[in-house]
Amino acid sequence: MQFLRAILAHPSGRIGGVIVGVYLLVAILGLLGVTPHDPLMQFRIDRLHAPNGVYWMGTDLFGRDVASRLMLGISQSFIVAFASVALAATAGTVLGLAAAWFGRGWDGLIMRVMDVLLAFPAILLALLIIAVVGPGTWTSIAAIAIVYTPIFTRVVRGPALSLKTRDFVDAARTFGSSRHYILTRHLMLNLVAPLTVQVTLALAWGLLTEAGLSFLGLGTQPPASSLGLMLSDSRNLMEMAPWLLIFPGLAIMIGILGFNLLGDALRDILDPKMRRAAA
Amino acid sequence: MTPLLSVRDLHVGFGRDPAAHEIVRGVSFELAAGETLAIVGESGSGKSVTALSINRLVDFGGGRITRGAVDLRLADGTVIDLANAQEHQLTKIRGGEIGMIFQEPMTSLNPVLTIGAQIEESFRLHRGLTGRQATAAAKDALDRVRIPDAARRLKYSPHQLSGGMLQRVMIATALSCNPRLLIADEPTTALDVTVQAQIMALLAELKRETDMAMIFITHDIGLVAGIADKVMVMQAGEAVEQGALNAVLDTPRHPYTRHLLSAVPHFEAGRAARTDYRRPETPTEGSAAGPALHVEGLTVRFPVTGGLLRRRTGNVHAVDGVDFDLMPGETLAIVGESGSGKSTTARAILGLVQPTRGAFSANTNTPHGRGRPSVQMVFQNPYASLNPRLRVDSILAEPVIAAGGRISPETTARMTMLLERVGLPLDSLQRYPHEFSGGQRQRLCIARALMLNPSVVVLDEAVSALDVSVQAKVLELLVDLQKEFGLAYLFVSHDMAVVERIAHRIAVLYAGQIVEIGDARSVLSAPRHSYTRQLIAAVPSIERRHETFALDLRQVPSLIRPLGFEPEQAEWQSFGADHRARVEG
Amino acid sequence: MNYLTRRLVTFPLVMLGVSILVFISIRLVPGDAITAMLGTEAGLLTPDQRAALEAYFGIDQGWLVQYGRWLTGAMQGDLGISVTYGKPVLDVILERFPLTLELALLSMAIALLVGLPAGVFAATRNERPSDLIVRVFAMIGQSTPNFVVGLLIIFILSVGFGVLPVMGAFTPFFVDPLQNLGQLILPAITLGFAFAASVTRIARSAMLDVLSEDYVRTARSKGVPALSVIWRHALPNALIPVVTLSGVEFGYLLGGAVIVEQIFALPGLGRMVLDAILQRDYALVQGSVLFIALNFMIVNLIVDLTYVMLDPRIRLGDR
Repeated sequence: MQFLRAILAHPSGRIGGVIVGVYLLVAILGLLGVTPHDPLMQFRIDRLHAPNGVYWMGTDLFGRDVASRLMLGISQSFIVAFASVALAATAGTVLGLAAAWFGRGWDGLIMRVMDVLLAFPAILLALLIIAVVGPGTWTSIAAIAIVYTPIFTRVVRGPALSLKTRDFVDAARTFGSSRHYILTRHLMLNLVAPLTVQVTLALAWGLLTEAGLSFLGLGTQPPASSLGLMLSDSRNLMEMAPWLLIFPGLAIMIGILGFNLLGDALRDILDPKMRRAAA
Repeated sequence: MTPLLSVRDLHVGFGRDPAAHEIVRGVSFELAAGETLAIVGESGSGKSVTALSINRLVDFGGGRITRGAVDLRLADGTVIDLANAQEHQLTKIRGGEIGMIFQEPMTSLNPVLTIGAQIEESFRLHRGLTGRQATAAAKDALDRVRIPDAARRLKYSPHQLSGGMLQRVMIATALSCNPRLLIADEPTTALDVTVQAQIMALLAELKRETDMAMIFITHDIGLVAGIADKVMVMQAGEAVEQGALNAVLDTPRHPYTRHLLSAVPHFEAGRAARTDYRRPETPTEGSAAGPALHVEGLTVRFPVTGGLLRRRTGNVHAVDGVDFDLMPGETLAIVGESGSGKSTTARAILGLVQPTRGAFSANTNTPHGRGRPSVQMVFQNPYASLNPRLRVDSILAEPVIAAGGRISPETTARMTMLLERVGLPLDSLQRYPHEFSGGQRQRLCIARALMLNPSVVVLDEAVSALDVSVQAKVLELLVDLQKEFGLAYLFVSHDMAVVERIAHRIAVLYAGQIVEIGDARSVLSAPRHSYTRQLIAAVPSIERRHETFALDLRQVPSLIRPLGFEPEQAEWQSFGADHRARVEG
Repeated sequence: MNYLTRRLVTFPLVMLGVSILVFISIRLVPGDAITAMLGTEAGLLTPDQRAALEAYFGIDQGWLVQYGRWLTGAMQGDLGISVTYGKPVLDVILERFPLTLELALLSMAIALLVGLPAGVFAATRNERPSDLIVRVFAMIGQSTPNFVVGLLIIFILSVGFGVLPVMGAFTPFFVDPLQNLGQLILPAITLGFAFAASVTRIARSAMLDVLSEDYVRTARSKGVPALSVIWRHALPNALIPVVTLSGVEFGYLLGGAVIVEQIFALPGLGRMVLDAILQRDYALVQGSVLFIALNFMIVNLIVDLTYVMLDPRIRLGDR
């Protein structure tokens, strides 16, 4: 409760929080099928219809309602982004903690493997994975998860290394506390804050990457809807039907903006360095 | 004659509404050329803000002078009110008329610029010197602060020099353009005592050479006696008392000044040592009267590696053959400066560092001992030694859980008992560490260390991070707890004044070895080893007024030794029943 | 051990890891390579022809032998033959690389020229209106995907001005600088947009950290003028995070900007890789991915060199 109030008290937290909240609602509605029209239904006579009272955001080349497809696209993008970030965060936490805790050889091995993964541009690594497995929703999730695992590993390893040398961990050792107790109570509990920030920012990146892959035709496959796919479809029609470009473009931008703003606010609220500066 | 500096009714505030958040509230003082004013106060008293307001550096920290005047008389006799001066006027005055040195020499020099570049800059800005002239002037400036081999040191980066050397560089920079006022903001707080003595000596000598006025800010009223002409005591943003040095120190009028002078530990060369414990004449091994902690030949070495293949090329001899006994109910203080190995000794005893060799045994015959770890530790920094995400009840329960226990009603009862005993409110159990002050946190740490009823408590600089008047209270608490629970303390500290208040015996550690050990009163009043003497001579004291310290440029010896190096067998000489010192070669 | 030496030692290790990863992922593609390559026509092959093809592409041996062969070839610059182009893989890559390199350089130049001053300016105006304006712009910039930027640029140009960006074959800078820049400036702005926003944000926060450091206060106490405090004392200390970010972004751009190349119809590395993946030209995928990873690692090494130049603690220290 107190945490929520802190987010709402932060200017960018307020804006970001509202955006993310609205998008979550839209995504859920899209999943439940509560859309103005059937997103797959082709209203042949109303092809490329400009936005009006019936088609709030117009229709596309096949006469499908853009608003409904947008809602479905947002839920599709959210599923991919949330699932991939959840996977990456879990894997990254385990690997980062292991590297920090066991140190030496383990640390070297894990971090070198992460270096190998980081030596590929994110989208290229995703393309490579898709080339192996073939395009699709699950491939996108796996690809984005693998791309972001090294980042989470680094985010966890750094603070874990410094927590490990903190006096309260030394104190725990003098009591003879178990490894499990130290890892869960002293390390994990203190890693929640940086992880929350990183998860929020990674969601923004996840949305971006998903849209990019779909834009290239390697993510979500038609006739399912996705923001990237809609943008890609708009390319040859933008002069005739600018709404096909404007609405999905804005939808992606504002969605990413929401997570970025929320992430920034969380960093301000949770980062003890910032708090100390304010005190 | 008009004074050099005249501060009248200075008010400084912070934040969006500075007038509503004042940190300094109506401070006035005057300073004549060549005079030294000491501003004394605890953290948060506004002493540093006052100093930073004089050259208006406070502007860059989010502060604003809301009221008052800061009149500085310039060389040509004109007077300028710095409180209302423009930034372009201030840049000429800063460094030119007013020099400043800070608390942390390690972070106060720019890490990416060489020492030389940073000193030359002052000459370029205020003297218009360039090129070779500026370099030559910078070398002279380093010579002036007695840095050996100045020409070569100019090319060094700050991280290549020790803290004491860096503070000399800071002084050289601040004095490069012969300012008529030097502001020194806790310039020795971050330094070892012997280095502190050197810096104080240097400042005193430079002041004699020039006709410079100085504002010396410190929390240590003992340090004031050696250097100040006038003293101003600050509390909560106000100057509660000011006057001539002797008047303030000898006949303090304000209760806070009196409190500072009486409650704060001052070094008294052994006269204030504790007399509430007598060692048994011949401690017999194994009996109930045996030592609570017996340490023999403790040696800790860290490998030094070099080259591409990370071959081991030598060892850092952090601790080298330390022996001592600690009896139940007794406090042994281990004193030494940074790098002496005192903390490593403590950490080795707790198993946080693997000793290279040596043995130690703790007596487990305590009432509730039964195989539980009987040695506990309290760390220096109370902000780092409590997990910020755990509630106090979980923090206190940790040792019990670690020892395989559960949170039973007895555990809770012990928590409440200890909380009460260390002077914390009972509702503390449901609170988080950040809700407590530094002193309270240290009390929590002490309570946690006592949860398992240990026989020995290792206190590693346990009061060093606390404000002076809080120090005194925590020390009192420690003495009370020792008597009540029959604890043996291993008290690691660099602060002789604190050690005098708590130690029964003292071991002086130098370069990883004990050079002198014995009864506290005897060691402090009649030190035998030359290092102990140097250490004690460096301790500031309110007794010693306007003392001149001799400059000494000896560097701390390197602890890195080649592989296979073994120190010589120590020879000891005894002085009285319980006092011996290493024979010096 | 010296920082730089340590980086140099890990370089070949990571490259080896990269090559193994690339090699294995390609072998993981379901179905056999010949069928993948020729599609239905593969069914028309006689067993002898198939065996000859397998021998030609070196896939008639075990994985380990194949890997060994590929790696030794790669180290001599022989990355195999591209099926789609009928040319050595390296030649195909090197044909595409100048455009990618120039585009990456242009984008980075835009990002640094805009982002660095904006970030430094915002930091010195902390929490004042001008800082807020810069931050809002940077936030929006960072949140806008480059394909949205690119499409919007094309949309504005075509609807507003009735012109279309120059498409078609790439004109090298040395052949016709104007034509070349006309072709690349819009893609470079597209890529530089978010890049500049990131540089702004990181420069601002790094500067804010540095401006509160003790040594900045020291500089001010010496009477160093405000501008010199910022550019001489603070900025060099704030550059390390900026260099890190720019290095990573630049390294990624060297891998080709797939989406932007696609939008502006530019024949760069990114589109080449995409096409190679879509057309299952595995020798080309394998070779180009290795090439891109190598570039990325080289950029990283240059970044490390820059650290060493910037900070004497890294130069002289053990870290």
